[in-house]
Amino acid sequence: MKNKLTREERSIAWADHAALGPYSLWAVLFILVPLVFVAYYAFTDNNFQFTLENIQRFFTATSQVMQDDGSTQEVRTYLVIFWRSLKLAVISTLICLVMAYPLAYIMARAEEKVQKTFMTIIMIPMWMNFLIRTYAWMTILQDTGILNNFLSLLHLPGIHIIGTEAAVVIGMVYDYFPYMVLPLYSIMAKMDTKLIEAARDLGCSSAGVLRRVIWPLSLPGVINGITMVLIPSISTFYISQKLGDGKFFLIGDAIEGQYVANNLHFAAAMAFILMVVLLVCMGLMRVLTNRHVEGGV
Amino acid sequence: MKPIAKLYTALIFLFLFAPIAILLVFSFNEGNSLSVFSGFSLYWYKELFHDTNTLGALKNTLVLALCASILSTIMGTAAAVGINKLRSKFMKAAMNTVTNIPMVNPDIITGISLMLMFVFAGRLIGLGTSLNFWTMLIAHITFCLPYVILQVLPKLRQMDKSLPEAAMDLGCTPFRAFLKVELPEIFPGILTGLIMAFTLSLDDFVISYFTAGNGFETLPIRIYSMTKKTVTPKMYALATLIFFAILALLLLSNLADVDDEEKQARRERRRKKRSGA
Repeated sequence: MKNKLTREERSIAWADHAALGPYSLWAVLFILVPLVFVAYYAFTDNNFQFTLENIQRFFTATSQVMQDDGSTQEVRTYLVIFWRSLKLAVISTLICLVMAYPLAYIMARAEEKVQKTFMTIIMIPMWMNFLIRTYAWMTILQDTGILNNFLSLLHLPGIHIIGTEAAVVIGMVYDYFPYMVLPLYSIMAKMDTKLIEAARDLGCSSAGVLRRVIWPLSLPGVINGITMVLIPSISTFYISQKLGDGKFFLIGDAIEGQYVANNLHFAAAMAFILMVVLLVCMGLMRVLTNRHVEGGV
Repeated sequence: MKPIAKLYTALIFLFLFAPIAILLVFSFNEGNSLSVFSGFSLYWYKELFHDTNTLGALKNTLVLALCASILSTIMGTAAAVGINKLRSKFMKAAMNTVTNIPMVNPDIITGISLMLMFVFAGRLIGLGTSLNFWTMLIAHITFCLPYVILQVLPKLRQMDKSLPEAAMDLGCTPFRAFLKVELPEIFPGILTGLIMAFTLSLDDFVISYFTAGNGFETLPIRIYSMTKKTVTPKMYALATLIFFAILALLLLSNLADVDDEEKQARRERRRKKRSGA
């Protein structure tokens, strides 16, 4: 077949490859090769000799932690940090899901013009610089902050949030909430309303419609939303420093700390482990949804 | 909408906008507190315009965002054209996967991975400090590219494929056909991609943080170092100005999009009329 192309057609085919060329080169050089470097640094020492020390350090390094009663306890430093990142990220993601699901449903059922306006409104906070948004939350949640000033104005007792895990979760939910609404809304807007009506006509209760029709149909959006919130919140490194008062180091903070201290090999090792864990999580989620979708339809 | 739905939406919007509103209000604070409002004043805006470091960082940010967005738009548009014409399913899937990597990967990993490569390359050629404006530019182009491609690709798919063919049948060279026929068709996508790339580059902190050398400071990096010390409403004034600048840009791109939709609707109507007649 190839020989039968005319000269003109061949020149077109050539032009298409030429158009893709620079990007292909760029993608290999600046997307793929850097990822290889993460693995390379993770498994080498300062003299670029192969070592498992960095990975080992992540799993075995210990430190003393002060308990509430004043005694100290030895813990696995980085495993504790990683576990905390995972825990806070999962909690934030679930809160985002619970908050965003009804909102996405309300939006998808509204008039088309209202839908567009709402979408814009939800995206607007994303364009305020992330650092400053987080900082603003700090001034709200501080012990002498806006929230407590407001509470004392109403003669209510103040609350201590800053420096707790709750504050970090609030920050994560606030920063990544739009990422959850977006995929949920786009899948619900496409949903066939006739299915819901049919279920109702056949005697399904509202809870039944939600559980047996709306939820299964929205599942791909749910999975998308979960990944879009989970990934940035598990790897964040600023929120915890500001809202956690530096007390709740997350894996992102640990990576940044090692970068600042110029321990690039250990920073790479942690980035590598984070990457592997995320890949496994995403793979698992994909398998689960595939099974679910197949089983449901 | 039911009242309860309205109430719920209002509560969420309150949650989303309370911090922003507080930020805007306190940028006009007379005193230097970020939680007690003592009176309206433009003092901090005046201060901002006398802060040469911040103005320098603003200039750096704009130069970087302009270069990164223009270069990524050119390369991304060409890439989208190429990807759209790929015949092999495997190649298409491979290109899509690679393009998705910077969007799916956490920013911190994109930043670290590029930094490691730059540092290694710098060592190899014997440079003391390997991170500078150019490494940052490369990093910004890299994370902007997928967004440009994803804006342009759908426009190419929507386009009537016989249009460029017709132009070539009528004697256009392939390149001329692209310029005269395809480019105007996909232009709204390119424009949206350009503006998105510009705003993303303007706003990026994490990737810049890891790929910036000591000499080149952008606004988000400056904001980061400002928040390490005591923060005055000056930073809020800065944030307010950037916020409205970005909003204006996005509004512009929205207008371009609406314009495009109208054009398409009109074309659709004409087509229907013709097929009806």
